[in-house]
Amino acid sequence: MDNTFLAADLEFQQSVRAFFKSEFTPELRARFAEGSDVKGDAIEWQRKLYEKGWVAPGWPKEVGGTGWTAVQNFIFETERCEAGAPDVVPFGLKMVAPVIIHFGNDEQKARFLPRILKSEDWWCQGYSETGSGSDLAALQTKAEKDGDHYVVNGAKIWTTYAQYADWIFCLVRTGNFEKRQQGISFLLIDMKSEGLKVNPIHSIDNHHSLNEVVFENVRVPVENLIGQENQGWTYAKALLAHERSTIAGVSSSKRNLVEIIELAKQQTNHKGRLIDDPYFQSRLSDIEIELLALEYMELRVLASMSTGDTPGPEASLLKIKGTEIQQSLQELRMETIGAYSVSLQVEQFQNDLHRAGSSSRKDYMYGRAATIYGGSNEVQRNVIAKAVLGL
Amino acid sequence: MNFEFNEEQMMLKDSIVKWAQDNYSFDQRRVAADNADGFSRAHWATFAELGWLSVPFDEQYGGYGGSLVDIAAIMQEFGRSLVCEPIIPTLVLFGGALSNSSNQAVKAEIIPQIIDGSLLGALAIYEPQSRFDMSNILTSAVSDGDHYTLQGTKSVVLGGASADKLLVLARTSGEQTDEAGLSLFVVDADAEGVSRSVYQLMDGQQVADISFSNASAQLVSELGLAYQPLMDTLQSASVAMCAEASGIMETLNRTTVEYTKTRKQFGVAISSFQALQHRMVDTFMAAEQVKSLLVGTLCELNDEKTSDERARKMVSALRTLVAKCGKLVGDEAIQMHGGMGLTDELDVGHYVKRMMVINLVFGNADFHQEQFNDIAYKV
Repeated sequence: MDNTFLAADLEFQQSVRAFFKSEFTPELRARFAEGSDVKGDAIEWQRKLYEKGWVAPGWPKEVGGTGWTAVQNFIFETERCEAGAPDVVPFGLKMVAPVIIHFGNDEQKARFLPRILKSEDWWCQGYSETGSGSDLAALQTKAEKDGDHYVVNGAKIWTTYAQYADWIFCLVRTGNFEKRQQGISFLLIDMKSEGLKVNPIHSIDNHHSLNEVVFENVRVPVENLIGQENQGWTYAKALLAHERSTIAGVSSSKRNLVEIIELAKQQTNHKGRLIDDPYFQSRLSDIEIELLALEYMELRVLASMSTGDTPGPEASLLKIKGTEIQQSLQELRMETIGAYSVSLQVEQFQNDLHRAGSSSRKDYMYGRAATIYGGSNEVQRNVIAKAVLGL
Repeated sequence: MNFEFNEEQMMLKDSIVKWAQDNYSFDQRRVAADNADGFSRAHWATFAELGWLSVPFDEQYGGYGGSLVDIAAIMQEFGRSLVCEPIIPTLVLFGGALSNSSNQAVKAEIIPQIIDGSLLGALAIYEPQSRFDMSNILTSAVSDGDHYTLQGTKSVVLGGASADKLLVLARTSGEQTDEAGLSLFVVDADAEGVSRSVYQLMDGQQVADISFSNASAQLVSELGLAYQPLMDTLQSASVAMCAEASGIMETLNRTTVEYTKTRKQFGVAISSFQALQHRMVDTFMAAEQVKSLLVGTLCELNDEKTSDERARKMVSALRTLVAKCGKLVGDEAIQMHGGMGLTDELDVGHYVKRMMVINLVFGNADFHQEQFNDIAYKV
């Protein structure tokens, strides 16, 4: 038993660390924290990654990926979180691109992949509908063939950043079969299409990132269909297996924990420093101990991936525990800061604590989404029950 | 990076699995546990023959020279089969404290007898007033020519009922709760001035409260410096017990899942109820958390670059997690077995009781969590 990386991996780690140190500048960090130009900041950062050749770790090398091993991917993600640098916007680079790479034709690859790599197109995801959340296969948005076009009618919901998007990748119903998963197709749709409308959904964090996307007789050229008609479910499912090794968010939770400890050293209660309060300490260690366990759970999965296994129910386990820990930390962070953490102040921050408080509120509120999206934690429990109980 | 047991450890585990299949069904185990000793001396002799008793000891005494990972590999299997033979008291606590002691002559005399199965030992640390505080020691040792005489009482001594030799922590100087001034002594269990009150714990093991009245004893540690090496021994014992608990949790979870598949109510197997499925997922996740932190702790303890403080932090974390997850797994196993979970006939309650003992000797969840807090947040 040993938990150490190989020398080559440690060298790689140093180069990644150096990159984040020089490129993720304090100025850029401040802009991300402020969040006044979500799209512009993200594109600027992603282009830096692109220039370094590191914007698409999950892609094969021949189409612009890094060709990294599972361990290298893990190291990159860990270092990114430790540097506090944001993840790339996933919809293009991490979600639609792998589908295009594996199931798209050469024309589609040439047309879309370079633009995704250079962050020239902004993508969003059209999966959920009002009637299909956890039960995704119930989706009703319809695409009917009309000559060399599909005519799309219906609506998608919870579409993150649709307001910035140039393209949306959608699961649409092209046929009705006894098995609902059949008859679903994977379609790429230009957001500028006639009849497509984006309605904002304001969320409980007092921000606007979610949207409804409505399709009214939207005409989509047939060359925008990925793979074969009625096979979209298979493609979407294959995509879910991507990017699983860091699903638990261990590194960001570790970083959050350290920051809470720092805050608790500055905060006081009536007996002295908050960090010295035994009750507070136990609330911290309730989380930190589970986080230690999660860290090794993640490394165990990584080690088995390195020997060629694909994570099965372990990914569900990592998702459940990882998101539970994230939410516990978000809660404790608010409570550590105290009254400023219920402030809605978003534009003119009064002082550092006020700024930290307001953003902790925002993180807590939007953080509720983590146990809902990507397969709710209840659905993940069903997945494990099936694998463990054999039902 | 590797989180699996190595080939030799897997062979060791396999030999235990094979032995348990042939000799340690739950009914066979009950026969062993019903002995006056609370275990089977015949099995103990077999363990010696199979070499299992040599694992933690130095080669110079005829041992296998194994690590804590080897012990953990053994204990995980023993946990799965709920083995009641006194590996923890004799091998890990008594043998471990002896190995960490400074008296070469005593080591050379006693360790070979542990390995050949002819000698059982017990480590007597705590006293009625000390709860989980190893420095709170009133038992005194006074020098008397070439030996010492002991005065005092030790409580809940694991393995104390059957031990041939005792290692006793006693004060040679300092105040009642000083870490300095504690020394370790070896005493014959049937020596004059040693009296044992033997009783049974809820897991079936026979333990003793032991009083010393001018009992003659031999010093085995550096004078007044026994505390730190004994802490190291307890740390190893903690990890060994957590490995055992990990095996217990796996068995409890497997048994419970199997039971819910066969138990029918309202015309269906109760495993089809989502309320129960999700609870079984939670107990499965609890056992996986423990297993993960166990291998993590083993890795870090095995790495010589790990600081003492980090090692203590990891072990405290593991003990805390095992106590909490163990309670969840145990309570849920009984609950989901319904009325059957309350019967002595079923193995479930026996596994649960063993886990409760593990989580209430040498510190409970709160104690270990406080230790963790002291290391992690003393800034």
